[in-house]
Amino acid sequence: MIEVLKCGAMTTVQDAGRVGYRHLGVVRAGAMDWLVCQQANLLLANAPDAAVLELTLGPLHLKFHQDSAIVLMGADFAARLQPADNVSTPAALSPGFIHVVPAGSILTMKRAALPGMRAFLAIAGGFDVPVVMGSRSTDTSAGFGGFQGRDLQKGDRLVVGSQNELIRNRSSGDSKTPGIRPLAPDSILRALPGPDYSAFTEQAQADFWDSAWRVSPNSNRMGTRLIGSKLSLLADLELASAGTLPGLVQVPPDGQPIILGYDAQTVGGYPRIACVIAADLWQLAYMPPGSTLYFQQVSLQEAHAAMHDQERKLSRLQDSLRNITW
Amino acid sequence: MTASKLACVQLSENALLLSAANKADLPTQRKIWQLTELLSESALATESLQEIVPGMGNLLICSRHGHNDNLPEISEWLQQTWQQLSTNDKPAQRSANTIIIPVSYGGDAGPDLAQVADHCGLSEADVIARHSAVYYHVYCLGFQAGFAYLGGLDSALTIPRMQTPSLQVAAGSVAIGGKQTGIYPAASPGGWHVIGHTSKRLFDIENSSPCLLKPGDRVKFEPL
Repeated sequence: MIEVLKCGAMTTVQDAGRVGYRHLGVVRAGAMDWLVCQQANLLLANAPDAAVLELTLGPLHLKFHQDSAIVLMGADFAARLQPADNVSTPAALSPGFIHVVPAGSILTMKRAALPGMRAFLAIAGGFDVPVVMGSRSTDTSAGFGGFQGRDLQKGDRLVVGSQNELIRNRSSGDSKTPGIRPLAPDSILRALPGPDYSAFTEQAQADFWDSAWRVSPNSNRMGTRLIGSKLSLLADLELASAGTLPGLVQVPPDGQPIILGYDAQTVGGYPRIACVIAADLWQLAYMPPGSTLYFQQVSLQEAHAAMHDQERKLSRLQDSLRNITW
Repeated sequence: MTASKLACVQLSENALLLSAANKADLPTQRKIWQLTELLSESALATESLQEIVPGMGNLLICSRHGHNDNLPEISEWLQQTWQQLSTNDKPAQRSANTIIIPVSYGGDAGPDLAQVADHCGLSEADVIARHSAVYYHVYCLGFQAGFAYLGGLDSALTIPRMQTPSLQVAAGSVAIGGKQTGIYPAASPGGWHVIGHTSKRLFDIENSSPCLLKPGDRVKFEPL
């Protein structure tokens, strides 16, 4: 069991997300960068769908009441591990490596140590919360899934699934720990023109692709709100409400685009200027308010190729980890 | 009668949006429900589709991982099926229900009732009578888990959405916004005018079918 000693806002249990229920108004939820979580699960010999913790800004302090192994991914939150004796110097934990955590240790993660936000904590065995509608992800708006349908609070006790034997047999003295260097976000989001693209002025179309967009402080898992050139329509556009998807870029009447996130509502009625390709959505996890991003137009073929490429890299990683002698 | 073609646009690299009309009337929406039902039961959908989301006069389909090659074929199947559906068909929904929603109108349960009455030039009793007189149709679900887009509001009851949305609208609030009425399944910020409250659970994850309402259902409000 893992005990939460201290916890910043929006620290949630997440997995790949909930699919197949959008017609009921149920959002996908899920880790904002599931790619690195999949890598962490591979390192820990976990089931591919093992649930992780998603941290937004930290801090997070956890007490481990059992022997465990963890992998941290995403932004560097200056993680330290205080051994159970409470005397030894805390060890710094680098993201991307497996860290063995003996029972009694206390993990502390501060606010993000470097520019950026969101970190992910994967654990051997995965966080064991009930599977609801096919997923362990937290739906904070509808209040179900994850840990009691909400973000974590001080005093919560998290149950961990059973560890793979490979991990259980590793001793903490092992010096050879495999690791992964995660991709660095380049703040360029590849996107397809959306269904209402041609309803925007030529100026708006040009501005969308060519100008810099600043992330608004009002951004969250529901949407990344952007500040920049005002995007105008050629004429008023009354749209019937229609299904939405994460990555869709909507433009409300104020002309400032919103990239829909994994917790965004499933039906919407604002004009859709573009859709960020699935292979680039992970970058949104790491874009704090004030950071800058750009859109780059790609073709449908390029969008498919980008996803294919990402999957091939993951499967190669899986193959290479299989050959590691533990 | 021959139906016009559905307009088909690429929404994302894995999703298509097929639209019958930019405004949904009941005959069109009936066909959308039928189309949704037929597609959901087809082998095509089971194999290739992750999401099938009816909207107002439209239908979103999103492919499963690695199945986007099948979207053109499914789109073609939808066009053909659409042509064969007649607006004169009885609602083909085998499972459509009529659901009665008991509502406490006005007072603390409906803080904006007086404002709505004032705006519409009606008495509060008239607003309640008109709001609870008709059968509404669930066009589609969205906005929140279990939130129903209801069609059929008496045009005398339309009122523009609030300029500044309320920070917190209680779960179970019955509200009017523009030409629509609806019930909030969960507490959330909202820009609609709250005229009443129901204790019916619109979304209950403990239930085997968590949503009380589904597209095609009829809804009637009953004053308490």
